[in-house]
Amino acid sequence: MTKLFTYIRESQIWKSIFRHGYPDTPRNRTLAVLSNVFLHLHPVKVRRSGIRLSYTWCMGGLTFFLFLILTLTGLLLMFYYRPTADKAYEDIFALREHVPIGVMREMHRWGAHLMVISVWLHMYRVFLTGSYKPPREFNWNVGVILLVLTLLLSFTGYLLPWDQLAVWAITVGTNMARATPFLGHEGPGAALVSFGGIDFIHAGDDVRFGLLAGRFVGEGALLRFYVLHCVGFPLIAATLMAVHFWRVRKDGGISGPL
Amino acid sequence: MHLALATLLGGGGAPVHDGPIAAGLKNFSNWLTEPTRYSVASILAVVGILYFRKFFAQVWVITAFFALSTAYFVFAFQDPNFNAIITKPDNVPIVILFASVIFFTWLALRRAVINDERTKRGEPTLEGELAKQKVFTWPDLVYTELICLILFTAGMLVWSILITAPIEEPAATARTPNPSKAPWYFLGLQELLVYFDPWLAGVVLPSFIVVGLCAIPYLDLNPKGNGYYTFEERPFAIAFFWVGFLLFWVSFVILGTFLRGPNWSFFGPFEYWDLHKLEPMVNVDLSTYFWVELLDKPRPDNAFVREAPGIVALLGYFLVLPPLFGKTVMKKMVEEMGMVRFNVFMHLFLWFVLIPVKMGLRWTVNLKYFIGMPEYFFNV
Ligand code: HEM
Repeated sequence: MTKLFTYIRESQIWKSIFRHGYPDTPRNRTLAVLSNVFLHLHPVKVRRSGIRLSYTWCMGGLTFFLFLILTLTGLLLMFYYRPTADKAYEDIFALREHVPIGVMREMHRWGAHLMVISVWLHMYRVFLTGSYKPPREFNWNVGVILLVLTLLLSFTGYLLPWDQLAVWAITVGTNMARATPFLGHEGPGAALVSFGGIDFIHAGDDVRFGLLAGRFVGEGALLRFYVLHCVGFPLIAATLMAVHFWRVRKDGGISGPL
Repeated sequence: MHLALATLLGGGGAPVHDGPIAAGLKNFSNWLTEPTRYSVASILAVVGILYFRKFFAQVWVITAFFALSTAYFVFAFQDPNFNAIITKPDNVPIVILFASVIFFTWLALRRAVINDERTKRGEPTLEGELAKQKVFTWPDLVYTELICLILFTAGMLVWSILITAPIEEPAATARTPNPSKAPWYFLGLQELLVYFDPWLAGVVLPSFIVVGLCAIPYLDLNPKGNGYYTFEERPFAIAFFWVGFLLFWVSFVILGTFLRGPNWSFFGPFEYWDLHKLEPMVNVDLSTYFWVELLDKPRPDNAFVREAPGIVALLGYFLVLPPLFGKTVMKKMVEEMGMVRFNVFMHLFLWFVLIPVKMGLRWTVNLKYFIGMPEYFFNV
């Protein structure tokens, strides 16, 4: 057995992938982190206080992990889901009727709920430890955008099952946009946006119409939400997460008393 | 599967005949959770816990709290109405939210209390002791991450197998369900709709929340409390965030999920969701108070004259208070922060305070709008 392992580790294939020995010496431990693009988001050494669960609650890490689970399960769900008004409901329903012990939809739904909770708790922790103070002001702001993106991801996904819960929750949510000052047709100041007696803002062209691609939550909205949910927002979120983690490292690692 | 879980936890079946103690407890719960009392009780709880933090930071307090909550839940599960709302699969996360927010708030408070005592004695904080030691990312951090990940995945799998994701009737734009609720994480904003019009509750206030969060690092210039838990070194910041996050956000999500039923009327946790429960709406505009009640005249026809009292009051609130405070009680703050920061802070803060002010006025004098100009969709 030992021989086999040695053989594998001495092989050209193994050595071409890992350029260091087993990480049990300081040198190899350093190399393990430095030569791996993913681990490289971590510094080589961290303050002991920063990795205590009682300090970070592991909530940022959990949020990221949930994002990975959601990407994976979401990808699998995309194989079985057609974003059209007459197929969407059927496809989701079929997932439940035809798949024994299916957990993909469950993992995706419960994971999405949990990600919202964990990102709130992460923000709460960062606030309570004052970790937004210099030099981490910018990363806090990246975080705020990630928070908004997490909510948007969850919100766009809410519509996709195309059942009563979905459609009406999105209707309630997007009805707010009608009242946007100046830009919504029931918003204060909208009547001022008119020129030569022609109103520029009405139910057929205000921000809500832009969100939903229509006057109510219909097929256009479904497609729009689907594209944003599966491609647009995840891409932006993933990019910003890379920035976020990089900045955690560059701002001196997880915060601690100086 | 989900039904199996519900029966496992008890209840959900035939109605139970309550003894006097059970009935009393249920009635008390229904009484206490009425939105006015619920909000006032939450405010008192936050203030009380911060003030008596040494007491609440003890381990036995949180243990007792969770033990009692569990006992209460087991008891409440026997009730069909309570059971129906708590075991809705999509509401399980809200129970998790409730438990985790309470636990982590306690944990942070405990560490803050310990750190504050250590600092007073001149010792380093809990974090300070460990911060001097540096450890390798591999294995210490990587392994912690891996273990968290595995345990967490296992938990997610169990949950996913036990509770099937729900799906309701197919979408029908002609049939509006009652209640129609936004996704749970926006229920705090939907709750604000009781007090404010959509352009405020749905657009302006959420924008201010995001802008306000972004502005925090540039407004809080207190250098202390960076990288460790503390209360005494930044009491205002912590109290402020507790009120904002715990009261106006989390507790309203819980209120909106469990206690708001058809027509967004209030229903106690043990109350049946009756579609025909009507809450009388007798709210009165400030302009009515001013012209009709105070001056005993009819309200003027011109909207701007009619709403002049509200306009003056709000302009005063937003334009006179900041310089007034800046010249008097908050003079030191202006010197430290500079004019720009101070004004940004004051405006965000005044919007924040407007929420409880309006709520209070609604509960006490049934105030509907400070400024009510439905002609221009401009109601505040
Ligand atoms: C998708 C959302 C997010 C992900 C995946 C994420 C991930 C992480 C991770 C893994 C860390 C390392 C420390 C830890 O686990 O606590 C971290 C730190 C940090 N996060 Fe986030 N985060 C997210 C959202 C946010 C939000 C909403 C905020 C604040 C508004 C924020 C502000 C910060 C700051 C300031 C740090 C540095 C903390 C320190 O040094 O102690 N992040 N984040």
